[in-house]
Amino acid sequence: MGINRRDFLRVGSGGLLLAGGGLLVPAWAKGAQLLQPAALPDGARESALLEALPGKVPLIKRSYRPPNYETPPEYFREVFTPNKAFFVRYHLANIPEVEARSWQLRIGGEVESPLVLTLDELRRFETVELAAVCQCSGNRRGLFQPHVPGVEWSYGAMGNARWRGVRLRDVLNKAGVKKGALELVLDGADGPVLEKTPDFVKSLPLWKGLDENTLIAFEMNGEPLPHWNGFPARLIVPGWTATYWVKHLSSINVVSAPFDGFWMKSAYRVPVGKFPVVERFLSQETAANTPITEMVVNSLITSVREGERLPLGKPLELAGIAWDAGYGIRQVEVSTDGGQSWRNAELGTDHGRFSFRPWHYRFQPRHKGRYTLLAKATNRIGQTQTFELIANPAGYHHNLVHQVAVDIV
Amino acid sequence: MNKTLCALLVCWSALALADESAVKLRPGNNQDVVARNCAVCHSLDYIQMNSRFLDRKGWEATVTKMVKVMGAPIKEEDVPLILDYLDQQYGKPK
Repeated sequence: MGINRRDFLRVGSGGLLLAGGGLLVPAWAKGAQLLQPAALPDGARESALLEALPGKVPLIKRSYRPPNYETPPEYFREVFTPNKAFFVRYHLANIPEVEARSWQLRIGGEVESPLVLTLDELRRFETVELAAVCQCSGNRRGLFQPHVPGVEWSYGAMGNARWRGVRLRDVLNKAGVKKGALELVLDGADGPVLEKTPDFVKSLPLWKGLDENTLIAFEMNGEPLPHWNGFPARLIVPGWTATYWVKHLSSINVVSAPFDGFWMKSAYRVPVGKFPVVERFLSQETAANTPITEMVVNSLITSVREGERLPLGKPLELAGIAWDAGYGIRQVEVSTDGGQSWRNAELGTDHGRFSFRPWHYRFQPRHKGRYTLLAKATNRIGQTQTFELIANPAGYHHNLVHQVAVDIV
Repeated sequence: MNKTLCALLVCWSALALADESAVKLRPGNNQDVVARNCAVCHSLDYIQMNSRFLDRKGWEATVTKMVKVMGAPIKEEDVPLILDYLDQQYGKPK
């Protein structure tokens, strides 16, 4: 029984430069000075460390067990997040190391012919690949004011990857979904430490499961899924927050009544009507709240860091990424004067509507002193980012306009 | 998950503490009660990470959730001791 492999590597001051997989730690991580937003709870800043899980480069440790590790912001300078730097998020600490040859996926419930698929059998369905952002519902929770309890993430509980797998739709069609089916109940091999703790089981509306972009993926950026990201297969629900992207996927149960597990009926819910979403999970909605579904439009400045000192006389390359629920980024506006005036940034390569979209804007600072830089994305259906946080009890959907102050010297 | 596996995991959880030795809770009354109970299911950095912004009521909501929803086997008489510690050492400054 392999649980969490424990041979963590810690990067101390002047620390080790080789991680478990033999990867060189990037230059910025040497010395392991961990810059964290001042807005995080004090205790979250103090307890965070740069630390490598086996097979990963040093990430920002939020909690050891279950493992919650955040991608340092420097990795978002690339459109695709390297597998070894991809964030890790678990609710429960019993995480088996699943073996590819013994793994099975069971499809049952309201179907004509229940299936048990091995990895080889799964691979026989038509294979597709798409780029999509996987973002934790609670990404940036630590930046909520007032603070809300939970994993106090900064900006890095997200990543963008090319996911390769098969359409969930094709698998469901092979099993033959019966009339009256409503939701798909999804379970992974990971589970709780105590029997009484509700297992992490999610449900998805049948219509979303039948979407051509909903995949069972077994590859990420051209490699098998890393253990910590759901080996050997996980669900990919492009546009929706990562809570539905069940890792180590082991069963899909088709049901005709709303699934009432804790992780659906109590957790991952947002107040009704507070956020601009198009796709709703109506069979799980109550008068007061509703399951989180689509990601809200968002962006991040990645080319400069808070407090960075840059020389006068050199052009400043302002660059970053933007993403949304898959409507596509239409525009990224930037401000170099604290939000008084705005200019359009230039959008970079489009890797598909579910991917990070790179953007950049070059300008020449005219004087010494502090420049407050902002970026604001708008998608093709007119959704944009907020300047005031939309409060909600669990700290989801943080898409405040990102702001970075630099000093021109 | 079967019962044997659960039992093994509880043992493992206790052993795992050694690997989480980087986590040092603030010394204080009932620190041992907190460590003994909370570390069954998760590392103690969850407490540090969620500080200091919860008042006693906030911590009470968290501990109640752990018992009622997550099934944490915390003895009733331990709950006020845990809350005293969390409020004093990791509670919102008064």
